[in-house]
Amino acid sequence: MKKLAPALALLAFGSIAAIAAEAPKSVKIDLSNPGPYFTGEGADLVNENCTACHSAEMVLSQPPLAKATWQSEVTKMMKVYKASVDEKDIPAIVEYLNKVRGSGS
Amino acid sequence: MKLVDRRRFLLRTGQFGLAAAALSSRAARAQSAFDLGLPGGNGARTLTKAGEFGQKSEGLILQRTRAPLLETPMSVFDETIFTPNDKFYVRWHWADIPDQIDADKFRLTVRGHTDKTLSLSLKDLMALPQFEIAAVNQCSGNSRGFFAPRVPGGEWGNGAMGNAKWTGVKLKDVLDRAGVKPGALNVRFNGLDQPTSPDGPDFMKSLAIDHARDGEVMIAYAMNGKPLPLLNGFPLRLVVPGWFATYWVKMLSDIEVLDHADENFWMKTAYLIPDRPFANMKPGETGVPMVPIGKMLPRSFVTNIPAASKIATSAPVKARGIAFGGDCGVKEVSFSTDDGKSWQTAKLGKDEGTYGFRRWEADFTLPERGAHTIKVRCTNTKGEVQPDEANWNGSGYMRNVIEATPVEAV
Repeated sequence: MKKLAPALALLAFGSIAAIAAEAPKSVKIDLSNPGPYFTGEGADLVNENCTACHSAEMVLSQPPLAKATWQSEVTKMMKVYKASVDEKDIPAIVEYLNKVRGSGS
Repeated sequence: MKLVDRRRFLLRTGQFGLAAAALSSRAARAQSAFDLGLPGGNGARTLTKAGEFGQKSEGLILQRTRAPLLETPMSVFDETIFTPNDKFYVRWHWADIPDQIDADKFRLTVRGHTDKTLSLSLKDLMALPQFEIAAVNQCSGNSRGFFAPRVPGGEWGNGAMGNAKWTGVKLKDVLDRAGVKPGALNVRFNGLDQPTSPDGPDFMKSLAIDHARDGEVMIAYAMNGKPLPLLNGFPLRLVVPGWFATYWVKMLSDIEVLDHADENFWMKTAYLIPDRPFANMKPGETGVPMVPIGKMLPRSFVTNIPAASKIATSAPVKARGIAFGGDCGVKEVSFSTDDGKSWQTAKLGKDEGTYGFRRWEADFTLPERGAHTIKVRCTNTKGEVQPDEANWNGSGYMRNVIEATPVEAV
């Protein structure tokens, strides 16, 4: 009986609230668009390491950032968000990011 | 006729408000690109196409395709106080988002430091007493693109916000049915989205137990009277009136009552702000005490006069916009046409709810030709006022400076 009590309470409310709102129907949308990838010299490595999680706009929409900031962004992606980036690839990735959205400092 | 010429013509006819709104939405439909006008540049964005993001409309500002970041253009806020569901901004951290939800099979689990574990279907939830509230949902980083100096992150303009009427159940009612045990400290919320890197931190947020049970924090199954769009969190979303959207967990599927502090990354490390008024610090400053972001601050915007508009000299013009108080209502909106040297009190529209957008209007004329700066300022019912100077912090959170719109009287 103890187990039944909440269910009965739900039923009691059900008869009142059913008028006010219709149950949501199942939904399916298409989320398969991967979005843009990085292009140009050095892009392959960046696509391999970065686009598993996000499309290229994340970088391309940034203001010009110092190379040190791009370095720390890559470090953050690895340490915090656990992006699997090979240590030896870091300099080339930072170089590419600095090339496309660097501030020259 | 060029856009600017038409705008000038419309101003002269005295029909600026309505006509400009129609013009801007027509222009948005026709355009495929939009410039946010960010300081230092790189504010150009493409606009979404119909069907590109499920139930979301065309003409949203595309910040990122995956994980989706979609911004609502300011013209939408001019059209209506309640932001239409298909134009409501979208923000996801991780790209692993279910593309479909079976409404019959979906369950919300309530567990942890409770007398019992609940597994609630949508029908179970809809059978509980219904609760409705109007509330602004604003991204912590709304307006980040205007920070000076600029900071990395989602480079939003002012449209990472929206206002909706949320319908659902009080979180308190759900927690009471599970039976919160003495000693409960926090309630943690998790949704169906998953990290895209194997060991990445699952997105979860917590509220203190008293906040969670305040009778306003709620679980919404409808937004403006309709089921939520999938990208706004279908079928369930936490609603935390007055607080930044980071707490409004989407596709809410798991509620865990904790008898301890939440040490998860998204509470302990991310979404921290300087523990100071306006979350303000100096670039490069170190040792600043940091706390989790929480309540919102007052903001206000002109919605019918875009920057660099040409306005007929000495012609009567109606300025219009939106304001919100943050975690309380709007007390007053002030309007200035001389860069804030003098202010007039704007007329407020209908109060649709403490935590929602409030329409404001002000009549003005620009007596002299040349450059002018229009400003709008909100004071909330707690007496908090938007500041003259923009705040700064390294994450680009909590901007609420008085907005300035440069215009030219011609």
